[in-house]
Amino acid sequence: MCGIVGLFAKSTEVEERLGAHLASMLAQMSDRGPDSAGVAVYRDPVTTGSSKLTLHSADPHERWDELGAVLADEFGGSPEPHTRSSHAVVVVDAEAADVEEWVRVNRPDLRIMSAGSVIEIYKETGSPREFVRRFALDGLQGTHALGHTRMATESRVTTEGSHPFSTGLDLCLVHNGSLSNHNRLRENLRREGIEFQTENDTEVAAGYLSWRLREGAELEEALEGCLRDLDGFYTFAVGTADGFAVLRDPIACKPAVLAETDEWVAMGSEWRALAVLPGAADAEKWEPQPGVVYVWEKARV
Amino acid sequence: MTAVAAREAAVEVVDLEATSLRELNQRLHDLAGSRGPAAWRVLNPNGAHAVACGIDAEVDVEVDGHVGYYCAGMNKRATVRIHGNAGPGVAENMMSGLVLVHGNASQSAGATGRGGLLVVRGDASSRCGISMKGIDIVVGGSVGHMSAFMAQTGRLVVCGDAGDALGDSIYEARLYVRGSVAGLGADCVEKELREEHRVELGELLLRAGIEASPKEFRRYGSARQLYNFKVDNAGAY
Repeated sequence: MCGIVGLFAKSTEVEERLGAHLASMLAQMSDRGPDSAGVAVYRDPVTTGSSKLTLHSADPHERWDELGAVLADEFGGSPEPHTRSSHAVVVVDAEAADVEEWVRVNRPDLRIMSAGSVIEIYKETGSPREFVRRFALDGLQGTHALGHTRMATESRVTTEGSHPFSTGLDLCLVHNGSLSNHNRLRENLRREGIEFQTENDTEVAAGYLSWRLREGAELEEALEGCLRDLDGFYTFAVGTADGFAVLRDPIACKPAVLAETDEWVAMGSEWRALAVLPGAADAEKWEPQPGVVYVWEKARV
Repeated sequence: MTAVAAREAAVEVVDLEATSLRELNQRLHDLAGSRGPAAWRVLNPNGAHAVACGIDAEVDVEVDGHVGYYCAGMNKRATVRIHGNAGPGVAENMMSGLVLVHGNASQSAGATGRGGLLVVRGDASSRCGISMKGIDIVVGGSVGHMSAFMAQTGRLVVCGDAGDALGDSIYEARLYVRGSVAGLGADCVEKELREEHRVELGELLLRAGIEASPKEFRRYGSARQLYNFKVDNAGAY
């Protein structure tokens, strides 16, 4: 069992309170996933030519200001890391791929949580309620966000085993369920050049999406490929720069509820995660059909 | 006003924003074998799990809002009306009484139910009536895939459409569907709708308060080819 939530703002009022709404939704899903929690928040787009990375350090005394100075020397500009608990967001005047490569070579101890122009990913082990407080989610603004509370079944309880998983620039995946063909699929994807850090099943689904998107598939196409290539139980929520998508496996054992008002679109594992949103009582609500891809994007709303 | 009339007129209101779910359910459980309020109203369920589950008393419970998993599970004798949508497993393992969902129900509605009547005015999701063992279920809308999977006894009435694999591995439950059936599961077949079936269907619809003509339904049930061991199949094991 895990809990997943997603919120897509259709008004500036909801954008301004995005983090507070997300925190309330996540807290409702605490008992579905008490061992870890994580969020992907889409906010503060960087200017063209810059990129944004979320980095994680296991060292509680990490000198993020020093990292900022080194990055300034390397790439120019004045990247000042914005810290949030064990994570920091840096905006660098360079291509994301170049900065990622630099981090891997020069600071292999740091973990790259996300890269792109709008995405920020924060995730940690521990109770979701504690996570919400530690990462001060309440104060975050943004256009849309995904969240996850984890009850681990397939692999260890670690920060890197927590969700969301980054699947490429500005892309991420959260998952409720378990996959049964992840070992074979991981080997196949490794041969395609996709890298994996854990033995986690969801990371394989994320890697699968990264691979399909790299090969030129549209997001909907890549998700439809999951129906054919992934064996197991899943409700997925995928975050993109412009919105989010939802997919349930054809058996659809794992729950999901969607709701929409003039102000927002939201998904959750259960209704109680959505009931905390303003105007929820009058929202249009439904269960996503098994095996059907649902997508919300700024351009389409 | 007599004491009995006063007891019947008073409605016990429990607001789940002020009272814990555990306290509500304990008070409802305490009604078994003792006198207490006959009418209850539950406010602000907000998707809570196991609301009004495990009642064993002739009481009426109105739930104002949407509920999460297992609402009115294991119900005995009580009438529970949900003025909203219900999460997975509403009225699961119900023994007797009536559970009415005014909105939609999520997956596994009425799962393993042994008696009583479950009415869903809207749609029910996948696996409605899975492993039902005597419960009657009337759905005003449609049901999802794998409904009445391994259904043993009882009746499932669907006024809309049924999803794929209806009645897979069914035993002796009787299924009535008014709309289309996306596909029948293993050993489930269409059967003749005889007068006795129209009569029982009419009674179920009447009790459910749903207007529909029994003549518009088709009946499905077990071909009885699967659940008896056949010596011809011995080689398959």
